[in-house]
Amino acid sequence: MSEPVFVGVDVGASRTKVAVLDKNKEIIGHSVRKSGTDFEKTAELALDEALKMAGLSREDIGFCVSTGYGRKNVPFSEFTKTEIGCHAKGAFHYFPMAITIIDIGGQDNKIIKLDEAGHRLSFKMNRKCAAGTGAFLEEMSMRLDIPLEEMDELARQSENLVELGSYCTVFSATEVLEKIRQGKKVPDIVKGLFLSVIKRVLEMDSLTDRVVMTGGVVEHNPYLVEMVRERTGLEVMVPERPQLTGAVGAALYAMDAAAASEK
Amino acid sequence: MLAKKESLRKEIAATKTLKKIMANHFYELDEAARTGSKKVAWCTSVGPAELLRGMGFLVYFPENHGAMLGATRMATELIPYANAIGYSPDICSYLTSDIGSYLQKKTPLTKAYNIESVPRPDVLVFNTNQCRDVQDWFTWYGREFGVPVVGIHTHRDIGRIRDYQIKDIAKQIEDLIPPLEEVTGEKFDMDRFKEAVALSRQCSILWRRCLEAAAAIPSPWTFFDATIHMGPAVVARGTKEAVDYYELLLEELTQRVKDGTAAVEGERYRLYWEGMPIWGKLRSLSELFASLQTCIVASTYCNSWIFDQLDPDEPFESMARAYTELFIVRDEAYKEEYIKSCFEFFKLHGIIFHDAKTCPNNSNNRYGMPERLSKKLGIPTLTINGDLNDLRCYSEEQAKTNIEAFIEQLEEE
Repeated sequence: MSEPVFVGVDVGASRTKVAVLDKNKEIIGHSVRKSGTDFEKTAELALDEALKMAGLSREDIGFCVSTGYGRKNVPFSEFTKTEIGCHAKGAFHYFPMAITIIDIGGQDNKIIKLDEAGHRLSFKMNRKCAAGTGAFLEEMSMRLDIPLEEMDELARQSENLVELGSYCTVFSATEVLEKIRQGKKVPDIVKGLFLSVIKRVLEMDSLTDRVVMTGGVVEHNPYLVEMVRERTGLEVMVPERPQLTGAVGAALYAMDAAAASEK
Repeated sequence: MLAKKESLRKEIAATKTLKKIMANHFYELDEAARTGSKKVAWCTSVGPAELLRGMGFLVYFPENHGAMLGATRMATELIPYANAIGYSPDICSYLTSDIGSYLQKKTPLTKAYNIESVPRPDVLVFNTNQCRDVQDWFTWYGREFGVPVVGIHTHRDIGRIRDYQIKDIAKQIEDLIPPLEEVTGEKFDMDRFKEAVALSRQCSILWRRCLEAAAAIPSPWTFFDATIHMGPAVVARGTKEAVDYYELLLEELTQRVKDGTAAVEGERYRLYWEGMPIWGKLRSLSELFASLQTCIVASTYCNSWIFDQLDPDEPFESMARAYTELFIVRDEAYKEEYIKSCFEFFKLHGIIFHDAKTCPNNSNNRYGMPERLSKKLGIPTLTINGDLNDLRCYSEEQAKTNIEAFIEQLEEE
């Protein structure tokens, strides 16, 4: 058996992410799959995929921690941590300083504040509503019949952003239809959708000087980050693979637990 | 790290007696309403119960019924019937679930006590010290049953309480006597009234001491226990039974403190619950906190039935004071100071605010208080979105994640 590795599994409402870290905290394997309805099976498949990428097998796992909504559905994890804890841990790993983390997930948003030592000062999750989350963009892509992966490029082409006023995803859809009837251009509407996501997030909490954005929505729509920079005037940083931040955080907890068990 | 072991809270032996008192309360009301043996007054939970008892009424509390609708999870199914007749889903879900229950002729009293319906009122008596909704709620029933609705209109957002406010409320209480005499057909008896005030005061003092027992480390009981054991302080204050009950409960809690008995095994964290209970989720929340070895030791909610200002020598003025000095009637500065004093007394690690969708008056997170208190006290706060009765406003998974993340935060401090 080679040196043990540390695995984080983040079973989110939309996607399941696995990160495999070596002892130097480098990602040597990863996987992202749709969570679907069988969380256990998805977690197993994602783990196998990530291990395969690292050229390893399950015997090489030193410790495994699961997180996300389906965190209790991962039979091979030693213990669970919340996604709030894991995003904090993961983001601080990349940016070890006082930060505000904005995580935009498939069905929820989080704002987490850390001090310069990485201690959590506060956190907030979106209220019980999917407005401003990935689900909102998914719904709109379906309504507008635009593939999700094309939204970022379309938003960048906007010359005259269309602002949406509504709070609610369903009402926003009606508002979008109205804009289409008015002859507004699709890129301008898509940029308006992005702005709607940003507004929902920024009204959740205040921000500190340095912001880190994580989550799948940011990974697939990097233009959102540029828009947040522009809107807030703050330094906004993004880890290399923002969608994996929670899984990386979980793997780091796994590493801590392994170290503690050796003591 | 998340504790894997499920450690449930310890049951309280006095619960048996509690159940008997609550059952007798409803049987007595049911019998009176069916036979007309006694007059029945409906009263808001922090309304002038002492006056009503002193005038010989049996007193029924619709909010208690509301809480039962919530706890039995009947509320979410019944609320839409009230919505459909024009009572918005955004207003008090005690009101909407109770009216829905009446419209559908379904009550938790049937399953619990084999009682067909809530007791028909002879009069409805409110105090708006909690909110305006209670008045609208009672007015609906007043129209439905064709009986009088009388009440007290409280001053709101009070910082320092002024004499003119007390005089006003005392006069309003006194002014209730003539219309109530018309219902009873009997002359008001001052001695009987004073006796009810004296008993209510005794009940309050004992209830306060029960709640204060939670200052012990480990705490002998939890907020979840107290939400159940507060029953007699709500529905039977002003009676000897309530006094006897809290003597019994206090004895048990005192013994637990002496023995070092923890309600939550391995208590690690002590939290405060601000706002309404989420009635339909009491058990699951209680189990979740217990599994995290966290005890909710105190709450504004349970403390709201402490009326030890009551004084039989000055019955009207002291009632006015007791029902005006309540937390819910006060301004933000007072509320902050109050929670700060609880933080010190109960030795808390954090505060949970429940933002109840349909209860703005008793959701104190909405004007920046969690942020201010967190800064002032140097402890974290958490806001959970939910509701007292309408579980459509509550996301269990999200609440769970928030609570677990909050405990993780305490662990990492």
